[in-house]
Amino acid sequence: MPRATPTSKIELIALADRAEASRARNAWRRRIERSFRVLGLVATLIGLVALAALIIDLAIEGWPRLTWEFLTNFPSRRAARAGILSAWVGSLLVILVTGSIGIPLGVAAGIYLEAYAPKNRLTDIIEINVSNLAGVPSIIYGLLALGLFVYGFGTGRSIFTAGLTLALLILPIIIVATRESIRAVPTSLREAALGLGATDWQVTRDHVLPAATPGILTGIIIGISRALGETAPLITIGALTFIAFLPEAPVQSTFPFVNFRWLGDSFTVLPIQAFNWVSRPGNDFAANAAAASIVLLAITLGLNAIAIWLRARLRRRLKW
Amino acid sequence: MASRLTAEQRRRQRLRERAIVGALFAAAASSVLITIGIVATLLYESIGFFRHVPLGSFLTDTVWTPLFDNPRYGVLPLLCGTMLSTFVALAVAAPLGLTAALYLSEFAAPRTREVIKPVLEMLSGVPTVVYGFFALLFVTPLLQRLMPGLPGFNILSAGIVIGIMIIPYIASLSEDAMRAVPQALRDGSLAMGATKFETAVRVVLPAAISGIAAAFVLAISRAVGETMVVAIAAGQQPNLTLDPRDPAATITAFIVQVALGDLPHDSVGYQSIFAVGLVLFLMTLGFNVFGFWLRRRFREAY
Repeated sequence: MPRATPTSKIELIALADRAEASRARNAWRRRIERSFRVLGLVATLIGLVALAALIIDLAIEGWPRLTWEFLTNFPSRRAARAGILSAWVGSLLVILVTGSIGIPLGVAAGIYLEAYAPKNRLTDIIEINVSNLAGVPSIIYGLLALGLFVYGFGTGRSIFTAGLTLALLILPIIIVATRESIRAVPTSLREAALGLGATDWQVTRDHVLPAATPGILTGIIIGISRALGETAPLITIGALTFIAFLPEAPVQSTFPFVNFRWLGDSFTVLPIQAFNWVSRPGNDFAANAAAASIVLLAITLGLNAIAIWLRARLRRRLKW
Repeated sequence: MASRLTAEQRRRQRLRERAIVGALFAAAASSVLITIGIVATLLYESIGFFRHVPLGSFLTDTVWTPLFDNPRYGVLPLLCGTMLSTFVALAVAAPLGLTAALYLSEFAAPRTREVIKPVLEMLSGVPTVVYGFFALLFVTPLLQRLMPGLPGFNILSAGIVIGIMIIPYIASLSEDAMRAVPQALRDGSLAMGATKFETAVRVVLPAAISGIAAAFVLAISRAVGETMVVAIAAGQQPNLTLDPRDPAATITAFIVQVALGDLPHDSVGYQSIFAVGLVLFLMTLGFNVFGFWLRRRFREAY
């Protein structure tokens, strides 16, 4: 827009004022911009600071208790002699059950939904159902297990019930991870194999699944880590908090060398042992709770770190 | 050397393919069975509960004392505790998570983002019982120094820690939504002379709002269902209060409290955890459906 040359003094002053105002406004906008850079970084770091505070607090309170005896002793009335032997053995056995039910079921369901499912009403229902299950609070799974497994099917307050419950809990995580990894495998790979005369299952087994394995593995690790840290559903089915014996050993020296009687044994797990100690009054048991939490945190965050590393490696390697 | 399959081999192959599809379908369908199992179990025990307790007094009575000799079954105190802790959690996580998402998506260098985001996501990998320990034995004493007279069990500290726990849900999912906004929109805004901050708030944020809203809904649903932190740090007394400094029980904390005790299987107290569980299930289901709808309804197609 061609502007008339300012003639009067008043017009000149007004123009100068406007320029001044806009300079001030721009300075203000730049200042907001700069402050937000700082504010944003601070807000982002607050979460990390909280994580650091949590870890340091645990280390200070729990490190002195973290001895070899702590790992090999049963719980005890005296805090200084108590350990987590029955807890970590219980966690291990429960996760064994969870993995052997949850992984095949979740991967199979993921393969079906991504590679086989026809586009119809039933598939829609299954898909919506899976995403809903992912949002159901874990304690609801505990109520399901209490009402249906413990009292309905009579599986008792056992390792098997606990493992099954956690398997259902992590099923959506594994299904979603499987689907995403399979979706990332390019169609050309599939079509090439089909074109050479492979059957659907041969394509899936020999080409799609191997390519999707790292992604699926990431999902499985995240799921297992989640299951290891879960407390609420196991409290609901009535896991005991004081167990001074081990379940029957899964392996034995006589034929047939394995037995499954441990599946029916009562149990405790690491998070429940930690919960039990944290809810007792007194500093001695708080130290035990901190030490058990360190062990738990090391396992779960370690698994998470592996998953993150796997995912990063995967992203770098995948150049279809 | 293309070897042909005999008719017999082909028949067997077809059979095997069918069997495999059947097995895979059964696995997928079993997820529906889980939902049916959940709904059936909750309904079955709740029906038993509502035979003893009229629905009206369940929803309007202001006292929840199912384990007393003279029991009263008003769900309001538990609902109130649940909403209060969720509100505190959101008051912590919403500003922090959203600011972090804006920063990571619009300001941070790619290298910074690639390091910070996974570490931030680790916050959601910490077992909840560890968060409970943190709330009771670290955050509460810290708050007590700032607010003398704060009770050892309170909703505030539990809510703050739940807030920290759900930051990654808000930050990570919102950041994904913001990064999905096409670069052309940003370029246009910057070319018109807007600053990066103005672009972020007035262009990227509105364009990503459906994903952000869905992230919030998911985070709320997590906070509502969170159990261990409140069971450990908030005290387990049902308390009809709007003051987050008070101790109170949530739906989830009550379920834990009953499960730790030794209630006979057919008692009304036992059935009551399924009744409040049903309420919790319906709440989270509502949030999840709402989040699903938000993403569908407001998805911008670029």
